[in-house]
Amino acid sequence: MVQTLNYLKESPSQTAGPYVHIGCAPNFASMKMYDGDLGACMKTGPIKGQEITITGQVLDGTGTPLLDAMIEIWQPDAAGLFPSVNETRGQADPNFTGFGRAASDMNTGIYEFETVKPGVVPWPDGRMQAPHVLFWIVARGINIGLHTRMYFSDEKNANAEDPILTRLEHQNRVPTLLAKKTADGVYGFDIRLQGPQETVFFDI
Amino acid sequence: MSLIKKQGGFIARDRNRQPDAYTPEYKSSVKRSPNAALVSFPSSISEETAPMFGHSMLGELDNDLIHNYARAGESAIGPRIIVHGRVLDEHGNGVPNTLVEVWQANAGGRYRHKKESYIAPLDPNFGGCGRTITDEDGSYELLTIQPGAYPWPNRANDWRPAHIHFSLFGSGFAQRLITQMYFEGDPLIKLCPIVGVLKSQQSVDALTALLDMKHTVPMDSLAYKFDMVLRGRRQTYFENRNEGK
Ligand SMILES: [Fe+3]
Repeated sequence: MVQTLNYLKESPSQTAGPYVHIGCAPNFASMKMYDGDLGACMKTGPIKGQEITITGQVLDGTGTPLLDAMIEIWQPDAAGLFPSVNETRGQADPNFTGFGRAASDMNTGIYEFETVKPGVVPWPDGRMQAPHVLFWIVARGINIGLHTRMYFSDEKNANAEDPILTRLEHQNRVPTLLAKKTADGVYGFDIRLQGPQETVFFDI
Repeated sequence: MSLIKKQGGFIARDRNRQPDAYTPEYKSSVKRSPNAALVSFPSSISEETAPMFGHSMLGELDNDLIHNYARAGESAIGPRIIVHGRVLDEHGNGVPNTLVEVWQANAGGRYRHKKESYIAPLDPNFGGCGRTITDEDGSYELLTIQPGAYPWPNRANDWRPAHIHFSLFGSGFAQRLITQMYFEGDPLIKLCPIVGVLKSQQSVDALTALLDMKHTVPMDSLAYKFDMVLRGRRQTYFENRNEGK
């Protein structure tokens, strides 16, 4: 007999289903709860840095926008600091939550975040990563939440040295991770779940 | 000098434990599943941090679904249950101060949602949403009603077993997880194509809560115990030299 490795195993994921809003965005689901939906507002006061809007759609393999997705983002403040207990490098902007949660519009599928352009944060080896925003997408039909990252198309130099972007095997897929500047302070970022332009999703 | 425990990066997800993206018996997954392989990288500070939510944001009734949407003096209809357990990491450590959000159908299997069309009636005193934050040892507790089973459009006659949806954060965004809790003994579990995306009986068991008579309140509520496990981080010990030497 041998010993057993008695680690626990991560709980299996199950789809968020079509009614995720009830639990995660009840006000969006027309219930007045909790003094507002969690993650609906990322700025709790005047914040440092460039304020930006990120907007787009999540599209299925036929190009149809998802009308029942929930999208979450997590990012550092303009100085590259996270408002988290695990942030040891300094004190993040106290008026910035770093966390956004949005439901895609039930008619158009459009999501939107009002946030700040993130600063840079290090890779484990000490190199700096290009400015990026983590995205996590759940919906009916998605069995386990999809992780991706949004980078900025107007950060060419930083992107050219980013540890993840430079190491992607299929360099022709890099543009799926780049948000396009569509107006001053507005970045468009569509997420394609499937098809020739499928967004790169990560197992991190 | 002493040895202190240092948290490293996240341990890779065991994908055999997790459902695949493409599961044709669950039809909605067919056009919503990425085809390309996920791209694997070690976690960085972006994935090792997560938003913080304090107990102070909670209202008194947030974890009481029987009353948090009910008119004063009234309560939701259905068998009263306590759902309790712990949020743990893969090392068995409790995950403290982490937000737990839940949603569910009412006792008749009906959700309070614009897109919901099941014939079962709404309960005017039941919203179906709740939340809590785990204690220092990772414990949580909810008071709710036993949700009903409901039919859903997939194959011609698919029914969901009774379930509660759970959303968990953890201490790093890489741990973010949404799952569902099922109830011991429900004959619909083995027929459900969403349960069917799970790859093993152990995975189904991991999401099936047991009746917990020790936690029931006599003449008041039955209880179910439901523990959840989030990804763990590598733990290494290193020498902590005293400052100033
Ligand atoms: Fe459900």
